[in-house]
Amino acid sequence: MEHIISVLVENKPRVLARVASLFARRGYNIESLAVGPTQNPEISRITLVVTGNEHILEQITKQLYKLIEVIKVGDFTNTSFVDRELALIKVNAPSNLRGEIAQTAEIFRARIVDVDESSLIVEVTGTPDKIDALEQLLRKYGIIEMTRTGRIALARGSQSLS
Amino acid sequence: MKGAQVLVELLKREGVEVIFGYPGGAVLDIYDVLFDTPEIRHILVRHEQGAAHAADGYARTTGKVGVCMATSGPGATNLVTGLANAYMDSVPIVAITGQVFTHLIGKDSFQEADTTGITMPITKHNFLVTNPEDLPYVIREAFYIASSGRPGPVVVDLPRDVQQKMIELVYPEKVKIPGYRPTYRGHVKQITLAAGAIQEAKRPLLYVGGGVIASGASEALFELATKADIPVTHTLMGKGAFPESHPLSLGMLGMHGTYWANKAVMRCDLLIAVGARFDDRVTGKLDTFAPNARIIHIDIDPAEIGKNVKPHIPIVGDARMVLSELVKKVEATAHPEWREEIERWRREYRPPYRESAKLLPQYAIEQIYEKTKHLDTIVVTDVGQHQMWAAQRYPREKPRTWASSGGLGTMGYGLPASIGAQVGNPQKTVILISGDGSIFMKIQELVTAVNYCLPIKIFVMNNSFLGMVRQWQGCLYKGRYSCTRLMNPDLATVVQAFGAVGMTVTRKEDLDCAIDRALEVTDRPVLVDCQIEEEENVLPFVPPGKSLDEMILS
Repeated sequence: MEHIISVLVENKPRVLARVASLFARRGYNIESLAVGPTQNPEISRITLVVTGNEHILEQITKQLYKLIEVIKVGDFTNTSFVDRELALIKVNAPSNLRGEIAQTAEIFRARIVDVDESSLIVEVTGTPDKIDALEQLLRKYGIIEMTRTGRIALARGSQSLS
Repeated sequence: MKGAQVLVELLKREGVEVIFGYPGGAVLDIYDVLFDTPEIRHILVRHEQGAAHAADGYARTTGKVGVCMATSGPGATNLVTGLANAYMDSVPIVAITGQVFTHLIGKDSFQEADTTGITMPITKHNFLVTNPEDLPYVIREAFYIASSGRPGPVVVDLPRDVQQKMIELVYPEKVKIPGYRPTYRGHVKQITLAAGAIQEAKRPLLYVGGGVIASGASEALFELATKADIPVTHTLMGKGAFPESHPLSLGMLGMHGTYWANKAVMRCDLLIAVGARFDDRVTGKLDTFAPNARIIHIDIDPAEIGKNVKPHIPIVGDARMVLSELVKKVEATAHPEWREEIERWRREYRPPYRESAKLLPQYAIEQIYEKTKHLDTIVVTDVGQHQMWAAQRYPREKPRTWASSGGLGTMGYGLPASIGAQVGNPQKTVILISGDGSIFMKIQELVTAVNYCLPIKIFVMNNSFLGMVRQWQGCLYKGRYSCTRLMNPDLATVVQAFGAVGMTVTRKEDLDCAIDRALEVTDRPVLVDCQIEEEENVLPFVPPGKSLDEMILS
């Protein structure tokens, strides 16, 4: 089962390496990973999407807590949360098809952020399903390259992890 | 004050009395300060791995943090095995390594290695100090992390410029680590539940590991076991946690555990694991381990609880504190039927003991025990058959009198660890039981023992084989002894060249005399080469992946 785990860590060098190394050596699977600063400059937030059963998840949480620089670990499973992912998709866009592509993007509330004579870049934000769907639709034009961020998430309501 | 001076001042404040180390280019500034620091004794080893194992042996037998030091690059990488060993057995060590100048880091500079990267998975934590002002805080935190909670090794990597920079000497009174707050006190409700389970149990069994020794829980354990009449079996790491001469002691459990301890595990209705981690060498086939038992698991490391076995009553906390609370809640009781059942197993099986004119290892270790049991001893072992024979036949009564590489199973641990043990316990008799495979892995440290006049008594169970591997080849690979025959030089001659006393025993009747002579030497190490029966096996033997009641007994 897929779990989104949010990890608050001290903003120090090599802390991401510690987390990644832990997953590698204990044989846990990471579907995606996103890391960035929080409102507190001393604390960063790592959002991990992992798969595993309850036992593995419990071990992942406990092993993460053993890392000295890990402050808090939260599992969003069984809670109400908002999660988002961002993708940039560069597609072939000859002038005769541009309108069609723009319309498709519009439906997904995606934006066109770069244009040249034969291609454009679409920026889309949302759940992984939504991004998958747009990607699928853009395939027929020929995707030149694309990149997706890892998923990030926050719990709904006024509660916070810290 | 120079960074290196600040470091040494802080080491003094942490109570460091001895450093095991090896100098080199990237630690020159520190060694220059040590030159003027008589308060800290430096033991010069002959290989950095020896420094880490010596710090480990020192820490295990004194309860203090062991400190080792090495230069950058190869110095630091040579520490790796010692750190991994200490990590697996939760031994508090602070390792100080030199690093190239900060502006040279990442440039593949001479003797540069990514020490923090390399040691990340085998240390409790590590630091690379790039801002000299951080140094005092890092040192304080390193000692705090190494010795608190579940202990473990910590590496502090110090670039040369950090050692040279002039900084202010501060002593941080408090450490502030937001993500590190070990739980010491067990949950009252869980302890009450555990007390209830003990009260209800008909066949309770205590299964105790290194955590009991690390937390100083032996007294509390003794109280609980005797008050509630609970037999005790220990792991290799837990040897000495409970007096083995006591009728409640069943000895070691697991792959080479006693017949009655393994039987008791399979039959008990309550297993109380204290500071032990259900290692595969202990449990054998996990699915059939303690099949009839409810399980209480007491451990300071929450990640150990539920890792291998899901306990019915988990208690996160310090073994000493939890057991002390538990004792208060348990009423005095007796289990005569259970005790009798165990006594029947004791009578049912004695480990086979062939009458032989040749020197048998079991006999040799029993004789060493007989002749040294009146002394205040510390027993150190290497890894292999001799280690198991020693664990089975050299009983220990007190904690911190036994040092053996458990989790990592590091051949070569014994000699440097016994140096650390002897340096930390100059009044005690340090006995190293080793094998002909293990002793040659770190034989150069005999120079260290000679240099510092350490009267370590070394007994090598020499069967001209990599004995444990040979045993497995015999039992599991149809006796195809691939590459396990060792062609050894004459050990006694070798060690005499080092300046140690060397003796050879080939006949059973010469052993006592050799032990007596070894005990008389007080100014240098002694090695007794015990040339034992070549193809003796360690028994009982639970083959890997088998259940504890599938012991090979003869």
